[in-house]
Amino acid sequence: MISVVATALGVATVAITLASGGFTTSADASTGGTLVDVQIVEIYVFLLAAFTGFQIITKVPPLLHTPLMAATNAISAISLVASIVIAGSERPAYINIMGAVAVTAATINVVGGFVITDRMLKMFKKREGQG
Amino acid sequence: MNPAIGALFVQVAYIAASAAFILGLRGLTKPDTARRGMRLAAMGMLLAIIGTLLNHEIISYELIIVGLIIGTAIGLPLGLLVPMTAMPQRIAISLMFGAFAVTLVGIAEFLHYRDVPGGPGVVRMVALGLETLFGALTITGSFVAFGKLQGFISGRPIIFPGQKLINAAVFIAAITLLIILIATASNGPAAGGDNGVLLFGLMTVLALAIGVTLVLPIGGADMPVVVSLLNSYAGLAASAAGFAIGNNILIVAGALDGASGFVLSILMSKAMNRSFANVLFGAFGGEKVAASAKSAEGLTTHSISAEDAAMRIGYARNVIIIPGYGMAVAQAQHAVRELAELVEKRGGRVRFAVHPVAGRMPGHMNVLLAEANVPYDHLFDLDEINEEFRACDVALVIGANDVTNPAAKNDPSSPIYGMPILNVQDAEQVIVVKRGMATGFAGIENELFYLKKTSMLFGDAKSVLSQVVTEVKGL
Repeated sequence: MISVVATALGVATVAITLASGGFTTSADASTGGTLVDVQIVEIYVFLLAAFTGFQIITKVPPLLHTPLMAATNAISAISLVASIVIAGSERPAYINIMGAVAVTAATINVVGGFVITDRMLKMFKKREGQG
Repeated sequence: MNPAIGALFVQVAYIAASAAFILGLRGLTKPDTARRGMRLAAMGMLLAIIGTLLNHEIISYELIIVGLIIGTAIGLPLGLLVPMTAMPQRIAISLMFGAFAVTLVGIAEFLHYRDVPGGPGVVRMVALGLETLFGALTITGSFVAFGKLQGFISGRPIIFPGQKLINAAVFIAAITLLIILIATASNGPAAGGDNGVLLFGLMTVLALAIGVTLVLPIGGADMPVVVSLLNSYAGLAASAAGFAIGNNILIVAGALDGASGFVLSILMSKAMNRSFANVLFGAFGGEKVAASAKSAEGLTTHSISAEDAAMRIGYARNVIIIPGYGMAVAQAQHAVRELAELVEKRGGRVRFAVHPVAGRMPGHMNVLLAEANVPYDHLFDLDEINEEFRACDVALVIGANDVTNPAAKNDPSSPIYGMPILNVQDAEQVIVVKRGMATGFAGIENELFYLKKTSMLFGDAKSVLSQVVTEVKGL
């Protein structure tokens, strides 16, 4: 039952993401809709995503809590997306360089995080295999 | 590419990635769907990165490519080579990397807005400030946690007089700076925010200091709570970054991470019988009294040899093994698995009872046992197995202490009174593998060790258990 609710919320989150425009820059915000409108929608997105996350994660068994931490850590390295924009857009060189350092740090987590999560999950077996 | 179509593609990529993250985490609710789920999440990440690279704002790719290559060069070995026994440290250091990236984004965005007429505005300034605050304190907090787990910073709580007062003062100072920044710098330098950079820098430094003072007073056994809490902070920082730059995928992913850390913190604090407020303000670990509630005077333990232990375990029909941090330290998980297999071959039943806070991070014991090839349907949570101790011939405690202490149930004066424990004392006989008679982290005597039914098997868990395995083979 809860999983149905969680899935519905997930869909709602995605729908709202779509409605609000997945990527709004400050320029977009000032031309289309007022800043406050955009940010109200962002608060909706945050609340729904947090609630969805809460519902799903309370159902993750303690068995998988360590892979869960590794996985959410890899997922939150999505800040890579923001780092990429800062490193590559038209800004002073020192800001681009800060962006590049951020890209490096976030990439470490994306790559390392997903690899190690998979390595861990591979170990969880029901019956022992041969060898 | 037509910018409008490009922007649409970016949005579609981000929406697909959000869905992939949510479905991926849903996969983690069952062991057999977990791997597939995480692959989906990884695909979502790849899609989000590709989408971003097509963003029309990006004019040069050199720095991006350099960052991606260096990051992959460091991340790949970190993912492939770090041993499972080093997993708590590895989680802590990755929290630091994540927070570092988010904080840099926050600082870079703040500096960028110095050149934008009108500045970031109040709402974005709040987001930028919170992003940098949470990010910076997570950087140093995770680093100290990493140091404690790796062993180059003492695992004992580091406490000095007036610590709480200083912590509170630093915290209030950082918040005050943020409020001043919101009042002065949100409309850009023209609106009298000339000191903005200085104030912002000062706030970041204070946040870095908070991270240190938050984690230093916390002892090793409380690490599961700390790591969960830092995980939550890292997520909140990423979400704040999403608010700051108006990017929903950051908000979604950060909220998922924040929720995950939050849920784990609650679970861990429940398992330690601490209130959530206590955990939230990082006040745990500091108030512990090192005084023994019960003196061990006049009580004696009963020590046995590996041979003796092998006799009891080898002929047992129903064995429950209780692993603790001691097993991880001794890296005894493979010897434990071998022993379990032997008992099963001899017709006995072996199950593992895993306390939520056993070890140094949520799920620590499960990962170690899985690495040693113990099938996961042999691993049981506290609630699932606690009634089963009554029917068990031998309870084998390996390097666990406080989580088995009956004082948590029957001694209201004990500092751990009320903490849920494994009912090891209900077993017909108990064998405790332990290095020596040192008390557990809480600094209290464990009555379990002095019971008539309890036998102590002293020594390093790995070597002692290897001896037991050899002896059982010879039965």
